[in-house]
Amino acid sequence: MKGRDTPVGRRVFLGLLGFGAAGVLVGSRIDDWQERVIGPIEARDGTGFLSLFPIGRFRIYSVAESVPSRSREAYKLKIGGLVDRPHTVSFATLTARPPVQLTRDFQCVTGWRVHNVKWVGVRLRDLLDDAGVQPSAKAVRFTSFDGVYTESLTLEQARRDDVLVAYKLDGQNLSRIHGGPVRLAVTPMYGYKSLKWLDTIELTDAVEPGYWEHRGYDVNGWVGRSNGRSDDPTA
Amino acid sequence: MTDAVVRDRPESLVRFDRIERLVHWTTAVLVGILIATGAILYMGELSALIGRRDLIRNIHVIAGLSLPVPIVAALFTPAGRGLRRDFKRINRWSADDRHWWRRARRAEARLGKFNPGQKLNASFLGGALVVMLMSGSIMRFFSPFPDSWRTGATSVHDWFALGIGISLIGHVMIATRDPIAMRAMRSGPVPEPWARTHWPRWHAEVTGGAEADANDQGEPEPDH
Repeated sequence: MKGRDTPVGRRVFLGLLGFGAAGVLVGSRIDDWQERVIGPIEARDGTGFLSLFPIGRFRIYSVAESVPSRSREAYKLKIGGLVDRPHTVSFATLTARPPVQLTRDFQCVTGWRVHNVKWVGVRLRDLLDDAGVQPSAKAVRFTSFDGVYTESLTLEQARRDDVLVAYKLDGQNLSRIHGGPVRLAVTPMYGYKSLKWLDTIELTDAVEPGYWEHRGYDVNGWVGRSNGRSDDPTA
Repeated sequence: MTDAVVRDRPESLVRFDRIERLVHWTTAVLVGILIATGAILYMGELSALIGRRDLIRNIHVIAGLSLPVPIVAALFTPAGRGLRRDFKRINRWSADDRHWWRRARRAEARLGKFNPGQKLNASFLGGALVVMLMSGSIMRFFSPFPDSWRTGATSVHDWFALGIGISLIGHVMIATRDPIAMRAMRSGPVPEPWARTHWPRWHAEVTGGAEADANDQGEPEPDH
């Protein structure tokens, strides 16, 4: 028997290290492929089986102690600050407006990307116009009903065509974990700018850095042109 | 090798010494923390339920960076002799080990301290945990690396987590079916007949019997 022993353990160990290193180097391409090919199947998979595997689609980041759930019936969006007509908008009022559809890639600053996300909502610009923005207003501040998450945009950014107050994602009402019932979809910017669980919209005289910006992310979070990253733009 | 025989209870052999048990259980606790916090960070519904992403992530990172400490410390301590010897046993596969995989020949395979399934599981977990440590470090300390490495590391971390999960479910299920093996990892000793029946080469090695297989003993350890 002697001499026929083989160091299988070492081979398994080193093989895994090589496999892991290769995965780090080419994994982003495989990830991208999985997201394009398997992601859409997973989204339609009623059994939830595919969701057990780490394939594409969204990762859920939640920063507060817990995500309060708010029903569509009880939901009220508050619009205030430097506006002529502070008011609240119910979910029914929001969805009674002509829906705006927008399909864009969703890029997270940590690297994952979801292709062709279909948003339905209303343009933020239209809500701001309803409220009557005062000349002194220069920026818009958003808060979340999770009590922690905040975001800001300049007025110019907020008035873009591709910035929505969204209530549907890929054909379905926004679920709680995706920021429902109503969230922002700031599609030209990294995911953290698209505040979830939207509670208030407040016109202010200057941009206030939000939750993630206090943790080092750029205030102007354009995809591919901020946070030291070089992703393909989503605008 | 007779030091493995418990002197006042000659019917018992020490399967895992104090250092090995300490390393096993501290590692198990750290891995438990990593699985719990990792699940919260990764699974959308859990993440929404628990929240506090900063805190959970910090616990996960600290537990992850601590994971190699007990193993490495024991390997480089004189008292870690038993662990070092087991590492060598896990590495080497004898001809009997290879026969063991074929059901027809399993009964005649004369095993050392571990069966090849245990060896494979241990080698896989060892390699996978190092990969998790590396990919997790790239995820956490990403700034020196290209964007694509961060994405790749995330993907590797996810898939290896799945593999480790499956491996650990198997490990725990098989272990809990064997009360003697469980006791060995809890307190150390096993009955001598059990060792002789299931692990004949190990039994011969620690009792100084004729079965001793030089390949199974590992290289002699220098005295510290």
